[in-house]
Amino acid sequence: MTTTDSAFPGPVDYLDQRTGLGSAIKTFARKIFPDHWSFLLGEIALYSFVVLLISGVFLAMFFVPSMNETVYHGAWASMQGVTMSEAFKSTLDLSFEVRGGLLMRQIHHWAALIFMAAIVTHMMRVFFTGAFRKPREVNWVVGFVLMILGLAAGFSGYSLPDDVLSGNGLRIADGVTLSLPIIGSYMSYFIFGGQFPGTQLIPRLFTVHVLLVPGLILALVGLHLFFVVLHKHTQYPGSGRTDKNVVGFPLFPIYVAKAGGFFFIVFGVIALMAALFTINPVWDYGPFDPSPVSAGAQPDWYMLFLEGALRLTPGQLEVVIAGFTIPLNVIIPAMIVPGLLFTALAAYPFIEAYATGDKREHHVLDRPRNAPVRTASGVALLTTFLVLILAGSNDIIATQFQLSINDITSVFRVLLFVGPAVAFWITKRACLALQRKDRELVLHGHETGSIVRFASGEYIEVHKPLNEHERWLRVGYEAHRPIAIAPAEDSRGVRRKGYRRDRLRQRVSQFFYEDRVEPVTPTELAAAQSHGAHDAIAQAPDALPQVESQPVGGGQHLVTPNAQVTPDERNL
Amino acid sequence: MKALAARRHHRNAPVVVTLLALLTTGGLYAALAPSTAHAAEPTANDIAAGGKLFQANCSTCHGPAAGGTASGPSLVGVGAAAVDFQVSTGRMPMAASGPQVIAKPPTFDAKQTAELAAYVASLGAGPAVPTAEQVDPSKGDQATGMALFRTNCAMCHNAVGAGGALSQGKFAPPLANATPTVIYEAMLTGPQSMPVFNNDNITPQEKRDVIAYLVAQRSNATSVNDLGAFGPVSEGLWAWVLGIGTLIGCAVWIGAKSS
Repeated sequence: MTTTDSAFPGPVDYLDQRTGLGSAIKTFARKIFPDHWSFLLGEIALYSFVVLLISGVFLAMFFVPSMNETVYHGAWASMQGVTMSEAFKSTLDLSFEVRGGLLMRQIHHWAALIFMAAIVTHMMRVFFTGAFRKPREVNWVVGFVLMILGLAAGFSGYSLPDDVLSGNGLRIADGVTLSLPIIGSYMSYFIFGGQFPGTQLIPRLFTVHVLLVPGLILALVGLHLFFVVLHKHTQYPGSGRTDKNVVGFPLFPIYVAKAGGFFFIVFGVIALMAALFTINPVWDYGPFDPSPVSAGAQPDWYMLFLEGALRLTPGQLEVVIAGFTIPLNVIIPAMIVPGLLFTALAAYPFIEAYATGDKREHHVLDRPRNAPVRTASGVALLTTFLVLILAGSNDIIATQFQLSINDITSVFRVLLFVGPAVAFWITKRACLALQRKDRELVLHGHETGSIVRFASGEYIEVHKPLNEHERWLRVGYEAHRPIAIAPAEDSRGVRRKGYRRDRLRQRVSQFFYEDRVEPVTPTELAAAQSHGAHDAIAQAPDALPQVESQPVGGGQHLVTPNAQVTPDERNL
Repeated sequence: MKALAARRHHRNAPVVVTLLALLTTGGLYAALAPSTAHAAEPTANDIAAGGKLFQANCSTCHGPAAGGTASGPSLVGVGAAAVDFQVSTGRMPMAASGPQVIAKPPTFDAKQTAELAAYVASLGAGPAVPTAEQVDPSKGDQATGMALFRTNCAMCHNAVGAGGALSQGKFAPPLANATPTVIYEAMLTGPQSMPVFNNDNITPQEKRDVIAYLVAQRSNATSVNDLGAFGPVSEGLWAWVLGIGTLIGCAVWIGAKSS
């Protein structure tokens, strides 16, 4: 092939002939992605990370990561002649003297808040739709680590200006380190290079913030996206969508345009917020000094749950054993509580796989209602975080709503335990009710509102049957059943090895799948239709006869994908 | 009218009606809301007039001779500054008992307040109402004031005086609308939960510095919108509601099927 044969301009062809880029681009451009707004949540996180990188480079050009003392003689009147660290001074200079510096600082900080919020929203989407199931468990863990790294990036970043507020946060971090039995004091000296606050922390945090954490995040984002391409994207259930296909549009031109445009929207929203709303006004907080703590001292929102846990824990938990203080009032809220919550989050895909015993690959997402215990667990976990976040804001709630901070704290102490349980129960019931509603719809069709009177005097409401696409959505799921295990003793009455382990697994499985609503089977549908258009089956859905021969999980499809229907007509 | 009748079943009609109702209510409130009266420097020194006002309005709780009862403390020796602070901010006379006496539109005008202050001051020596020069923010150094405020005041009143919570429903009020005189009097007399910052603790010049700092916060040139200056909690709320809210809205728009 010569260059004259090519339809591409010279430089493109030059590159193609030397790198084989063409075929790679061809493959990517034709890669199909399913279309749904919730698949863009991860992109918000990605784009706000790009915004963080761009604005961060700008800030790094002016920020001085040093704790050396200097005297301020800059533009801000309230700080004239005040002794402060060079880090704080350079932050003030960035804000008031560098052209566009304040805007860049605010873009960087708002982008950080939105980055974490987008990660959490994206995780919620993945969790509630069951996108973490095989083969994506590993990618869930990668995403989880990315979230933890995001916390690390945020904490190390907002501590850099060396102001009073972030210094309070560092003091708490130091206190938590010190609370570790035996190694605590050594760890604290190791981190701060001596007694808190020392003179070395800001340069160290700077390295962590601009090199270590972003490097790791970049690498893991690469891995995360590689897995997305490797596993192919999940898709929402609907007619024509199976675990063996991907229904959607090609990357080029649809998603290149959509995703490219979305980057500018994300950048635009962040820039708009940065231009309109003050964030982290360090000139109000003042240069760090270990003695003052202002009212309303809180970390950024993503660390607020830790603050809340600390605020809720009663001080009486501190115990002294043989002259050694064991500060359980710090160890429990700052290590055990987040440890439990985050472990539960990271391990959830494996717990669920253990309960289902399901080894198959899943590429079609679950509707949240079709996995009641998963949805309820997720809501319970979110409720725990929400209670902790609100507890961390207790003084702001007290002043804004004119309540007693003591009462708020007591209420949150109870809510921390009661709230998730109640949220779990309500969510699970709501999911089961929605599934029953789906059954009703499939069996009896839509209510039309028109009442017909027969010659005999009987009144009926006319029900319009669902079309097959509507029906597919409502019956094409699997209701997992608790796993069956071999009996404790064999036929000769000998106790079986491993029975206890199996029994535990069965218990977990029962917790997950004992209460369930099975999808409508073809038999039931036929029965309902043969009895006429109105309420033919009077029994409750749970009491319906089960078809014993079908595999565990049911999931019989009543309709097959109809190739004659265009995508637009589907899934109305 | 016919066009209106035809559209009243439009699906956006409830939204439009709600918006109109909110607009009307808000507009009426803005037009009719009682405006706060302004306290002026006390000028009159009519102890007798103040005594009569005291008997009529204060003696139920503070006692006929201001010696205090079970319901209210003795006012002998609290000085004119305390009276001026409590009465000019509307805290006294109290409307209802609660965790804390709250500020409200004042009951007495400047002249009556000055008379009451003069009467109470006549019962025993106490701090006087500061002069205009003592509270002049232009004579204070806001950088010193910042340092003093941060060390002595910010733990309750927040870094820029946006207010903060105290125990059992008590609170340190926001300082954005407090007059320099009131700020000075509060430091001098230590009302309610606030400690007294006497002239040995914070000198009159330093008090003026604190006032200069607080007044400078009000004309803060960089504050585009400080979101109430409550710190990271309000920032986080806005990041979620406005930031993620808008972006999800855009995602729904982008993800919508073109058909």
